[in-house]
Amino acid sequence: MKHIKTLNTKRLQNTIKKGGCGECQTSCQSACKTSCTVGNQSCENK
Amino acid sequence: MVHQYKSNGYNIVLDVNSGAVHVVDDIVYDMIPLAKESSFDEIADQLKNKYQEDALKEAFEEIKELEKEGLLYTEDIYQDYIMDFKKRETVVKALCLHIAHDCNLACRYCFAEEGEYHGRRELMSFEIGKKALDFLIQNSGNRRNLEVDFFGGEPLMNFQVVKDLVKYGREQEKIYNKNFRFTLTTNGILLNDDIMEFANKEMANVVLSIDGRKEVNDKMRPFRNGTGSYALIVPKFQKLADSRNQTEYYVRGTFTHHNLDFSKDVLHLADLGFKQISVEPVVAPEQEAYAIQEEDVNRLLEEYDSLAAEMLKRNKEGKSFNFFHFMIDLEGGPCVAKRLSGCGSGTEYLAVTPWGDLYPCHQFVGEEQFLMGNVYEGVTKTDIRDEFKLCNVYAKDKCKDCFAKFYCSGGCAANSFHFHGTITDAYDIGCELQRKRIECAIMLKVAQAE
Repeated sequence: MKHIKTLNTKRLQNTIKKGGCGECQTSCQSACKTSCTVGNQSCENK
Repeated sequence: MVHQYKSNGYNIVLDVNSGAVHVVDDIVYDMIPLAKESSFDEIADQLKNKYQEDALKEAFEEIKELEKEGLLYTEDIYQDYIMDFKKRETVVKALCLHIAHDCNLACRYCFAEEGEYHGRRELMSFEIGKKALDFLIQNSGNRRNLEVDFFGGEPLMNFQVVKDLVKYGREQEKIYNKNFRFTLTTNGILLNDDIMEFANKEMANVVLSIDGRKEVNDKMRPFRNGTGSYALIVPKFQKLADSRNQTEYYVRGTFTHHNLDFSKDVLHLADLGFKQISVEPVVAPEQEAYAIQEEDVNRLLEEYDSLAAEMLKRNKEGKSFNFFHFMIDLEGGPCVAKRLSGCGSGTEYLAVTPWGDLYPCHQFVGEEQFLMGNVYEGVTKTDIRDEFKLCNVYAKDKCKDCFAKFYCSGGCAANSFHFHGTITDAYDIGCELQRKRIECAIMLKVAQAE
């Protein structure tokens, strides 16, 4: 494309089928303890 | 829903419901707000004075192609899905163990009130800790990875119990086919070589509390006699960070109204050699002198922008470091279920007091209406659990039209409760800062992809 560059991203709509296993880290255990930071968590069910 | 913004010279378009990120030129940037509803002729009519018709046509076709691929103007199909998902039986997979309701520092902003959490000074006994780990295993269903954070107060004031509990956990995980991930949050005062060796062997992550520059740290993190803690903790933290190969730890600071130029604190920590840095806004009632005020917000947004720009510069110079709140995983991040269901407080994640009481998270400890049960009887106030269970971004009016909802999951329930008296609202200043952080995080990814 000439006008648009698209980054490689996970398509959220595709994660409905396989998602929700719950093995990933609880967000507050990582560092924050005062906010809710989920977007940087890794999926453990790739 | 589409969110578009300009940052550090980039035109960035986030297709919220698919998570797709596009970097676009000015034509597309101007066209995106129009192209979902309007025909090409209508758009061309509006933009013809600014751009050539051929270029407009090309841009329009590219936009339509992305739309067809499910990467632009994607519909929100998640509301019913997440409602059903949240109604499922939940398991407990993480505990915050309040190993010590006591502290050897007297940090001025401490939500734990120098470790006491509106209550009495107390150390957790091994017996209570064991019961907590048993409770976790028994309530974890099929989940294999179980997280236990040793928290306080200051957990190293009760280090023998930490050691004993890790030993007990390692025995139990073999019996029950579980995998404990232990973590430790400490102010560093009591850190020594033995503790470091233990932490490096057993702790999946350590969080080391320090606010940044000496004067900033020592103002807010003094000993009870008023002297600062910086000089004592910095060499220990440097040693520990190096001994962990600069991974699986965070130096973690809090910024307040007194250091709105907090990017200097982040850079100070980076200059000390730390590679994993988290410096986060204090959350405090607005009447406190150190609380972030609404009028501070614009200044803080600029700070985040300038920090992101400086990080880019340092990346190019080979002096990169991670800033926790700018970390985002676009390619392998969490599924929608995780993104929409929140942090898990009150359901998957509970806090345990030194005497074994259960609360929805560490921030609710001491708020008696949130006492959910104890490690002997389990969760007895199931109505509290059910309230948290149904808390998700679609239960929060403020989140419905917010582009950040897939990255913050509706924000912190405790912050919402402390500012608005309900867990289904949102802490407004926190939201404003969160949105900026996500914009910066995506911008950094865009820059890296060049």
